[in-house]
Amino acid sequence: MQAIQTTQLVKQYKNRTAVDKLDLEIRQGELFALLGINGAGKTTTIKMLSCLTKPPAGDAIVGGHSITKESKQVKRLISVSPQESAVAPNLSVKENLELICGIHGFSREQTKEKIQELSKQFSLDSVLQRKAGKLSGGWQRRVSIAMAWISEPKILFLDEPTLGLDVIARHELWEAIRSLKGKVTIILTTHYMEEAEALSDRIGIMKNGRLLAQGTVEELNKRAGTSDFETAFVSIVKEDAV
Amino acid sequence: MRRMSFAKRCTKEILRDPINLAFGLGFPLVLLLLLSAIQANIPVSLFEIDTLTPGITVFGLSFMTLFSATLIAKDRESAFLQRLYTTPLTGFDFIIGYMLPILPIALGQTVICYLFAIPLGLTVSINMVYAVVGIIPMAIFNIALGLLCGSLLGVKQVGGICGALLTNLSAWFSGVWFDLNLVGGTFKRIAHALPFVHAAELEKALFNGNLEGAVSHILPILLYSALITVAAVFCFLWQMKKQ
Repeated sequence: MQAIQTTQLVKQYKNRTAVDKLDLEIRQGELFALLGINGAGKTTTIKMLSCLTKPPAGDAIVGGHSITKESKQVKRLISVSPQESAVAPNLSVKENLELICGIHGFSREQTKEKIQELSKQFSLDSVLQRKAGKLSGGWQRRVSIAMAWISEPKILFLDEPTLGLDVIARHELWEAIRSLKGKVTIILTTHYMEEAEALSDRIGIMKNGRLLAQGTVEELNKRAGTSDFETAFVSIVKEDAV
Repeated sequence: MRRMSFAKRCTKEILRDPINLAFGLGFPLVLLLLLSAIQANIPVSLFEIDTLTPGITVFGLSFMTLFSATLIAKDRESAFLQRLYTTPLTGFDFIIGYMLPILPIALGQTVICYLFAIPLGLTVSINMVYAVVGIIPMAIFNIALGLLCGSLLGVKQVGGICGALLTNLSAWFSGVWFDLNLVGGTFKRIAHALPFVHAAELEKALFNGNLEGAVSHILPILLYSALITVAAVFCFLWQMKKQ
């Protein structure tokens, strides 16, 4: 069953086409990585799928609802952890979590339980009382993902979750993301090949707003005739230039 | 529930910013002290404490514009607002969430100004309560102006326009620092076409128990408040849709 299906999805900014007639299918429960170099259209795709921006043409069905006609219903099913750290800087980590619980209508008791659960799942105990704005980039991303997970969405969008993080912070965040696998459909954008390879069930390679290829790492390697995913990615992207 | 959660967050963000507290509360109090000291040495009727304090409370409201504009502009520039746009919060929730917490802060600031002025010789009477309540329409104007500026401008621009320009305009055109009749002409006409002088006069009239005098000044303030609130709501929803 498909969690997301896009049909000829388009987004243009002035004279530039950011997403060009995108046809994409993402299965329920899988972790799908949208991989591409900067400006490939990954973030714009996420913005359209999460109803942050409207496509001028095409449509997508997210969790059974159209993003162009049923954005309210779509918003009830999804959650987004944006590219930058999206936390309230003067609030403690606990208060940030409480805020999102409140927005989703949790009672005081439910909020307390949820925060305990999230602290355990994302190992947030040591930073719970600290101001979110004073945390390192890695911790802020972790809190950001925990905030996105509060509503237990059916579909979770993680936009460049490890961008700019050091290797240790990245690996720790990968663990947090892995802990969500199987519980939710995750769409993750990245331009780190090793990240897509380590986390994803399937990968879609984007360039200039178009989907060049999609499949498992093995399928993409086979298509490019190589055993190394980085070489396969370069080959597929360059193949398009020819 | 969700609206109040967001409003609570906005209150915390504002009150935990030391610069906000220093300017919003500290600056009007410093001005009260300074101008009272000048008045003690060179008596000027404009700086008599019963005339000065209501004017200072109106001037202090310009910082509410700065608070609300800065908060919204910061949220817009970070990904935080983007995250919230994907939640069930509606445009109305955002507007209430941004505007509501600043109103008690504005009232608190007004109360503190009046209390602070008592040891400086301010007349204590029930009129003080009327003056605090009477500041609400102008407080709404200033908060809505902040919502408008925060929806249209970036953080740096907000600092310049709301922090420097608006506080100065509010000071010059309110007739708190100097008698507008001394300048007269076009300046005086512009001042009377804007709400600041009406707000200062309304406060003075209420504080002095002159209800008749207050009535003539409340209409322009209500008109400006309604106009700016509508414009702010429209602009916020427009940028929300655009984003």
